[in-house]
Amino acid sequence: MTALIEIERLTKRFGAFTAVDDVTFSVAKGEVVGFLGPNGAGKSTTMRMLAGFVTPTAGTARICGDDVVDKPVAARRHLGFLPEGAPTYPEMSVTGFLEFCARARGFRGSELADRVAHAMQLTQLEGVRLQPVETLSKGFKRRVGLAAALSHDPPVLVLDEPTDGLDPNQKHEVRNLIRAMAPEKAIVISTHILEEVGAVCTRAVVIARGRVVADTTPAELAARGPSMDAVFRALTLPREAA
Amino acid sequence: MGGVVTVFRRELASYFATPVATVFIVIFLVLSGALTFTLGNFFARGQADLGPFFTFVPWLFLFLVPALTMRLWAEERRLGTIELLLTLPIAQWEAVVGKFLAAWMFCTIALSLTFPLVITVNVLGTPDNGVILSGYLGCVMVAGAFLAVGAAISAMTKNQVIAFVLAVAACFFLTAAGSPVVSEFLSQRVPQMAEVARAVSITDRLAGFSRGVISARDIVFFASFIGFFLFANTVAVDQRKAD
Repeated sequence: MTALIEIERLTKRFGAFTAVDDVTFSVAKGEVVGFLGPNGAGKSTTMRMLAGFVTPTAGTARICGDDVVDKPVAARRHLGFLPEGAPTYPEMSVTGFLEFCARARGFRGSELADRVAHAMQLTQLEGVRLQPVETLSKGFKRRVGLAAALSHDPPVLVLDEPTDGLDPNQKHEVRNLIRAMAPEKAIVISTHILEEVGAVCTRAVVIARGRVVADTTPAELAARGPSMDAVFRALTLPREAA
Repeated sequence: MGGVVTVFRRELASYFATPVATVFIVIFLVLSGALTFTLGNFFARGQADLGPFFTFVPWLFLFLVPALTMRLWAEERRLGTIELLLTLPIAQWEAVVGKFLAAWMFCTIALSLTFPLVITVNVLGTPDNGVILSGYLGCVMVAGAFLAVGAAISAMTKNQVIAFVLAVAACFFLTAAGSPVVSEFLSQRVPQMAEVARAVSITDRLAGFSRGVISARDIVFFASFIGFFLFANTVAVDQRKAD
């Protein structure tokens, strides 16, 4: 198995505060890594460093062998990234927005149209294709962001809370979508919904206060205690409080 | 270069998808027309040229251009789309240049919609249309310089009001530096500064253009001025994108 995502001793400090502290892991093709942790643990910062949005203080990250700091554009070409909150341009139509993202990734002409149509089909957006994004519900906006991350069929997907704000049916659809894509890709999803990890992930990486505190399979994680919730609390709360 | 074109197209379309375009263009046209005919004494001068119009354009741009640039980066930050834009496989300078060119094109469109003034002077007399064209070129250059400054300031702050106020101050400095009030004051008290003020004065250079003189010095000045601030903009975006 070749590792498509390699993170080595990645560290990010904001002033005196260390958001991500010496994080190391890699993700191979076919793996779906659930990136778990309480709010503020450093999940989003790690993902942003992977996407080249935040510059690491120390350490390196590579996507398909391309360093995110030295070869940012090449690294991002392999990557489908869904930022936290799935930001979109409110005044653009769904099609317009997806076309913009696909065009920025170098697609033109009929291939561009095919990519956008395929991404809309995967995320069931055909019904709202001409609506301005700002008129859509939260669940639709999230799927627009997801469609933008998928449109170029990237080998690496980094999705920051892909199911946040979706109703149970939509969550089910997105999980099915992730499972269907999994064999061909390396996927990292962040979440704080623990059941999701058991449902879609092949591996769970738990992060607390910027450090990796567990890196194992969801089944093994669940077996460590009476419930997944209890294990999560034991791992992520400071010792004295647990 | 593909990234520049992609960002340019999206940005330009977004001006026209929101009321920004309508409000900006209508206010610009009303004010430029009104000032030319009232304060500029367009009829009483009895000259078939657009001299008064060209003197007012920098003063209008002084307020209107910062209104365009204040949202350029600050809005991306507020919506979080900066994270999306800068994680697409385009270089940061491409995003900076694409945004700048779209805003510049938008100002050029607004300027070109003042064409009824050109028709008016051509009906009333026989103006030198080459001089008018050169005046318009000067106005486009001034717009570019103001946009470059404003965009760089917008990249440095999250707050749109701060971006607007600082950009107005910077543009005011560039506009007023060549005015008799400033140059007399400076040459009497700090003669060294008077040189600097004259050198950065945009009004002096625009006056050259509106007399029909397109000098290489002025073109080089505007090109290097815009280039410098686009570079500063790229650095600012890189440093402060995730704040």
